Amino acid sequence: MREKAITQIIFAAKISVISDIMIEIIGVHKSFSSHKVLDGVGLKIEKGKTKVIIGRSGCGKSVLLKHIVGLIRPDTGVIKVDGVAIGKLKEKELNKVRMKIGMVFQGGALFDSLTVAENVAFVLNEHTELDEATIAERVKESLSLVGLHAIEDFMPSELSGGMKKRVALARAICMRPQIILYDEPTTGVDPITADAINDLIRELQAKLKITSVVVTHDMTSAYKVGDHMAMLYQGKIIAEGTPEEIKNTHNPVVKQFITGAAVGPITETEHLVFGHLK
Amino acid sequence: MRYLFEVFGRKVMVIFDYTGGVFKLFSQTFFYIFKPPIKSERTFEQMKKIGVDSLLIVSIVAVFTGIILALQTAYQMQKLSSEIYIANIVALSLVRELGPVLTALIVAGRSGAGITAEIGTMTVTEQVDALYTLASNPVKYLVVPRFLSLAFVLPVLTLYSDLIGVFGGYFIGVYRLGIASNMYITLTFDALAFKDLFTGLLKALFFGMIIAIVGCFEGLKAEGGAEGVGKATTTSVVISFVAIIAADCFFTFLFYVLGQ
Repeated sequence: MREKAITQIIFAAKISVISDIMIEIIGVHKSFSSHKVLDGVGLKIEKGKTKVIIGRSGCGKSVLLKHIVGLIRPDTGVIKVDGVAIGKLKEKELNKVRMKIGMVFQGGALFDSLTVAENVAFVLNEHTELDEATIAERVKESLSLVGLHAIEDFMPSELSGGMKKRVALARAICMRPQIILYDEPTTGVDPITADAINDLIRELQAKLKITSVVVTHDMTSAYKVGDHMAMLYQGKIIAEGTPEEIKNTHNPVVKQFITGAAVGPITETEHLVFGHLK
Repeated sequence: MRYLFEVFGRKVMVIFDYTGGVFKLFSQTFFYIFKPPIKSERTFEQMKKIGVDSLLIVSIVAVFTGIILALQTAYQMQKLSSEIYIANIVALSLVRELGPVLTALIVAGRSGAGITAEIGTMTVTEQVDALYTLASNPVKYLVVPRFLSLAFVLPVLTLYSDLIGVFGGYFIGVYRLGIASNMYITLTFDALAFKDLFTGLLKALFFGMIIAIVGCFEGLKAEGGAEGVGKATTTSVVISFVAIIAADCFFTFLFYVLGQ
């Protein structure tokens, strides 16, 4: 009897652990031609939490992010979103998963030919039968969540870099996603706007209980928005932990990256590679 | 020798790879044309952009072509004292050949390049990726409206260009060579049979499809920022031009064999 109860508790605990994971990346490998970008990446992201993936420019962070939304398929490995393995899904099923995910691209990726309102309402116009008044209301609400008002009729070319990112975020949250993926959200904006974007990411997580994955090399942003952090280096996750744990790490590679030191194991490896190429 | 074979082999592979990509996009486009939801607004928008906005340049080129054709024919016919046949020759040459081909080349240079530049910019600025993340297929959203509008607009523009070109020939025939107005018009319509018009418009339909698919294909595979978009645009125009002339040669030969 007691053994049965223990088994049930363990089973329940397992289910609870499984259901707490929103995104699971298992042994993902990806190469472009002969260049290996991801070399067995494994990562778990909990529901309602913000995971920050740090790493040098060009180390494969954005490639990893694009795997989560099914823009790139892995050579080998599994990616699960809300329990669904998306690697081999057909377009229709993959789109169902994508409707749970909002993605904010580095440059905003707003559609040039559409107004701000049309950009934000894109998913609603394309995939729902909502009437114009309801859509307009949802657009207004999404824009106000990111702190923007009365810019519905503007074209993307009339907006500043920071505003474009906010509109991109409004577009991402318009469908009320469960997950938001941020690709370098603070790159290319001034420090004050960057901090405002960081506040926004935290605020949205608190208000909407959204699971977030933030890819960045901006450490100020990483410490501010992250519940957990992971560092991607040479195609692998080499460190994981809370911002405090990452700050106090003894790993020399992570230490060099987070302190921004020019001399250290990262640059030494690059010199070796460069010397080898020469 | 081995090096030469390798270089040749690589070129052949590139051509096969490209042709395969174009045909794949062509089949995907056909699939998405009939896949709901079908939204016609984007197609009408493209029709305006490609068709209405091309009217002026098509008119200018067509009227000059008609004039040149009439003058060149007159130069030859005067030797045989047969200027009266100018009307027939101008009408047939324009409707069967020059109308469809020149209109297609104009549209390829103007709208085909525009399509590649627009979609190419969307590709390099991740707007095409954004479409995927918003659960929308770029072929359905971007390629289908352009394909349908070009397939419809090019035959219409060709018909328009034929009319303007014939008017150019009429102008020279009547006001320069002294052929009676009603005779010129009668001779023009006598020369034309339905099959002449039909073969010209059928060619235009295929040319429209070629411009749309090549333009979109080049745009969707653009990479490397502004330089990449520029390169894709140039390639799109060059390939469209060559494909239009090659397709024209094929159809002309086919119609000749079929006695059309």
